[in-house]
Amino acid sequence: MSAFQGTKMNPSKFHKSQLKFYAILIPLAIFMALPIVFIIFHAFKPIDELFAYPPRFFVEKPTLQNFADLFAQSNATGVPMSRYLFNSIVITLIVVFLTVLISTMAGYALSKKEFKMKKMIFEINTLALMFVPAAVAIPRYLLIENLGLINTFIVHILPLLSMPIGLFLVKQFIDQIPDELLEAARLDGASDFQIFLMIIIPLVKPALATIAILSFQLVWNSVETSTLYVNDEGLKTFSFYMSTLASQVTGNNVAGQGMAAAASLIMFIPNLVIFIFLQSQVMSTMAHSGIK
Amino acid sequence: MKTRQREYNHWIFLSPYILLFTTFIIIPVGAAIFLSFTYFNAIEAPSFIGLANYVSLITQDEVFMQKVVPNTLTFALIVGPGGYILSFVLAWLLAQIPKGPRTILALIIYSPSMTAGVAMAVVWTIIFSGDETGYLNSLLISMGALLEPIQWLQSPEYLMKIMIVVTLWGSMGVGFLAMLSGVLNINTEIYEAGYIDGIKNRFQEVIYITIPSMKPQMLFGAVMAVVGTFQAGAIGVALSGANPTPQYAGQLMVNHLEDYGFIRYEMGYAAAISVVLLLIVYAFSKVAWKLFGDKD
Repeated sequence: MSAFQGTKMNPSKFHKSQLKFYAILIPLAIFMALPIVFIIFHAFKPIDELFAYPPRFFVEKPTLQNFADLFAQSNATGVPMSRYLFNSIVITLIVVFLTVLISTMAGYALSKKEFKMKKMIFEINTLALMFVPAAVAIPRYLLIENLGLINTFIVHILPLLSMPIGLFLVKQFIDQIPDELLEAARLDGASDFQIFLMIIIPLVKPALATIAILSFQLVWNSVETSTLYVNDEGLKTFSFYMSTLASQVTGNNVAGQGMAAAASLIMFIPNLVIFIFLQSQVMSTMAHSGIK
Repeated sequence: MKTRQREYNHWIFLSPYILLFTTFIIIPVGAAIFLSFTYFNAIEAPSFIGLANYVSLITQDEVFMQKVVPNTLTFALIVGPGGYILSFVLAWLLAQIPKGPRTILALIIYSPSMTAGVAMAVVWTIIFSGDETGYLNSLLISMGALLEPIQWLQSPEYLMKIMIVVTLWGSMGVGFLAMLSGVLNINTEIYEAGYIDGIKNRFQEVIYITIPSMKPQMLFGAVMAVVGTFQAGAIGVALSGANPTPQYAGQLMVNHLEDYGFIRYEMGYAAAISVVLLLIVYAFSKVAWKLFGDKD
């Protein structure tokens, strides 16, 4: 045995040798958190504190006035807020589930199957994720128009389902599953579909959770679809609604800042909840039994 | 022979993805590449002009060669490797503390990525606001470091630096998450084998065990870093409130593209910029592939 015992990855309890890690992590985390904390405080500031000079970081007399103002704005459009919220929730659920499933299926085939076009498909996928979305806006609009998807509900869903980043990530994880494991399962009589469900999916859970988080953020925060492809107010999404409310009042006036902060906060909370919900999967350790 | 029959064709697994991917990504991208060889103002039909867009981009577009390309490279070379190394270091540090605190810290570190970048521009514009009600100005004046407020976001001198800080702040995204699960998933037996083979210190351990054991995640993180930094662009415009940014100080390739595409309606020219950008991104990501790709 050598003298150096080295890293204890994923330790189960606190030890004072870990203090040095905290010494770096905690100050950094504080720096990272400041703007978020700022927006929370800002959302609850009454108007005189928003105007205060010198500006204060903390809120002294928290108020819900900004939220009330925000929702007072909303009655103007005629479509109830619940409608936008309902659209967003349905769209988000469908997209997240299907994206994860479709990416994993494709990732399995590209990682563990042998066929001629495998390399080429993966290469095209990688190239596609490098292409700037802004450049594709006009061709994509023409395409969606020709497919007759303008002003439909599924236009929120279909274009987001194929996520090159998701496929790339999940393939990277499936690559780490040893072929022997799949071979053994096959000898035991497992069908391809069983292998996919019982071996691949459980073993790449961290990747699935990561894709789910990513896809959630993409759909939930997406304003583009509602702006470009949908004219019917009743088919638009919550994020679009929030962004229009915020942009009606922002600009350089300070009063709008409070409302904009409130809107950002409302949009931010679901992201946070989903992340908290899925993070244990991201950070879970794969069972190493049977894997070498 | 029996086992052969149980294997479904790989196309069954691939087809949903391929179908959607081709329709919504390949065809529009192909169309954009085609448009780069045309003159297209988004109203009349595109007319084919060969390489003219590329030629004028390289030989006549002074803003592009003198401002946009140097800006993009400076920005990408600092934010890309910077954000990438920071992601790895943080993931590695987080893996070495117990689960409870790790969860909380990881949540905080990841949280900027949840705010969808541009939405947070609201916060940054308030913090860097140009008059003395801006938080940074107010703080520096009260400390005596400044006498007069600085127009942070309108000054060519500071805009780029602020863009870099803001982008780094938000760069612990998917790449970070993937690396975190990568570090946590390294088989502990590999470490034990390493100590027996004579690993002497932490540094050796990281270089010889940790990084090689999580190559797929390292590659993913690297590609994401390259793609993310070159595609960044919204931030400069969101901060300064104008495209083009003041004196082109924060003008990145994506802003230049949007300037031509959506302000001047020269879609063909904008498409040519996007193709050049694609080539640059591709070249840089090849470097990542050389480092972490599986050659075996």
